[in-house]
Amino acid sequence: MSNQIIQGILLGGYYALIACGLSFMFSVMRIINLAHGSLAVLAAYALWLLASRFHVSPFVGLLIVLPLMAAIGWALQRFLLERSARGGALLPILTTFGLAIVIDNLLFEQFGADTRSLAPYIGSLSYDSWEWPGSIYVGKLAVVMFATAIVLLGGLQLFLTHTRLGRSIRATSEDPDTAGLVGVDARRANAIAAAIAMVTVGLAGAFLGMRATFDPYAGAPQLLFAFEAAVIGGAGSLWGTLIGGIVLALAQTLGAQVHPQGFLIGGHAVFLVVLFVRLSASGLGPRGLLRLGKTS
Amino acid sequence: MSLLSVENLVVRHGLLQAVRGVSFTIERGETLALVGANGAGKTTLLRAIAGAHQPAAGRVLLDGADLTSVPSHRRVGMGVALVPEGRRLFVQMTVEENLLLGRTAGRPGDWSVDKVLDMFPNLKPRRHAKTGHLSGGEQQATAIGRALMSNPELLLLDEVSLGLSPLIVDRVYAALQGLIASGTTIILVEQDLNRALAVSGRVICMLEGRVALEGASKEVSRDEVTKAYFGLHRKSTGSVPA
Repeated sequence: MSNQIIQGILLGGYYALIACGLSFMFSVMRIINLAHGSLAVLAAYALWLLASRFHVSPFVGLLIVLPLMAAIGWALQRFLLERSARGGALLPILTTFGLAIVIDNLLFEQFGADTRSLAPYIGSLSYDSWEWPGSIYVGKLAVVMFATAIVLLGGLQLFLTHTRLGRSIRATSEDPDTAGLVGVDARRANAIAAAIAMVTVGLAGAFLGMRATFDPYAGAPQLLFAFEAAVIGGAGSLWGTLIGGIVLALAQTLGAQVHPQGFLIGGHAVFLVVLFVRLSASGLGPRGLLRLGKTS
Repeated sequence: MSLLSVENLVVRHGLLQAVRGVSFTIERGETLALVGANGAGKTTLLRAIAGAHQPAAGRVLLDGADLTSVPSHRRVGMGVALVPEGRRLFVQMTVEENLLLGRTAGRPGDWSVDKVLDMFPNLKPRRHAKTGHLSGGEQQATAIGRALMSNPELLLLDEVSLGLSPLIVDRVYAALQGLIASGTTIILVEQDLNRALAVSGRVICMLEGRVALEGASKEVSRDEVTKAYFGLHRKSTGSVPA
């Protein structure tokens, strides 16, 4: 049992990593990015291309792909999200949904239906493990992912609370109009926030490719897990995202223990329970939530 | 040269013309009070000077430089700071963070968090409290402090006494007196006519988006301002047939 719990917690690190960008974008820019999973897969393909064609290790490849993802995030905000956000809260969701379809199919056109993986390019890291007391074996990659998640979420938290740029980004998310009146360039703050979110998406894509396989349509399940982890953790809170990832992974691991097909069901069940508990605790039924959506 | 000059400014909210061809100038070190009924266009005028509204026509000049197409965040860097109506603090952030945000534009000057806290001692124990949990007076002090942190040449104050108890208003105005004495140029919107006339050097009364009366605060009588406020002066200026 303790083995399942430890493996679940480590898997939670991965979910927190893929949820990080989604949660950050929602909390800071009030945008639900449905292209989140597809963009992670895009980053994975970029790393795979570098590794298979040019023999660049995925870890070195990140030095190229992460700045590229930042540029994509910046352009996405400036040319797509900023414009669509003017049309109301719903339009960015539709826009990113469309973007996900475009990315998926472009990847399919370019790379075909074959499943790929970055595992062959990272040596023994993909299968090596450490033996912990009680003959529990933990994958080295899983530990690396968990540590990355903590460093990334903690780093973002420190950045938002302790730097001038971080404060500007938070001020913009709270009230862009007033942010302008105190001297914050709201457009720049949002573009930088989008760039940061995409860097975390690039990292998520790298680990997606290293721990498993991916194909052009692998984005949707990733988005689902990210979304569930973000919601369980309380959308918008960075440390909550880590907790959310761990809870989701534990539920899946324990679900699989109960029944061979309980892996996904366990995760979905916890997600729904958390959602309804939170709704009733805040005194809102589904009706109230709809009203809330209209006013904010 | 005047610090600020507003020339034939027209600002619209959709079809509504909130400011209709307003012109005035303000010299360095002057304190100008804007009075007028609700909906007279005072807030819109201040927000247009700060860059939060784009004018439909006319110009805003700061030290002779045309600000009309400059966005609000760059106007802060040029020395224009607005304390908005309703304070508009970042309520999820602490007093200190709100104050530090005021420094984003990076204008050189001697305002610091400590200096603001010296000016408003009631903020000292609340330095690390979220501004959403503060009292109205503490919030107003934070909003004024945040504007001062940008080391402005021109400070725009929109209804700083709104919703505050008379005692707190006295305290806020005592702090403002210090600023005025130190030579900061101020335009303030104030509903309390006595206070507006007492604190300012010049007064402009707005009516339906236009300047109805302009004069030195010492020379205009309360009666004249009241008439302009309600639009009664228009009858007396024209010849009224019996």
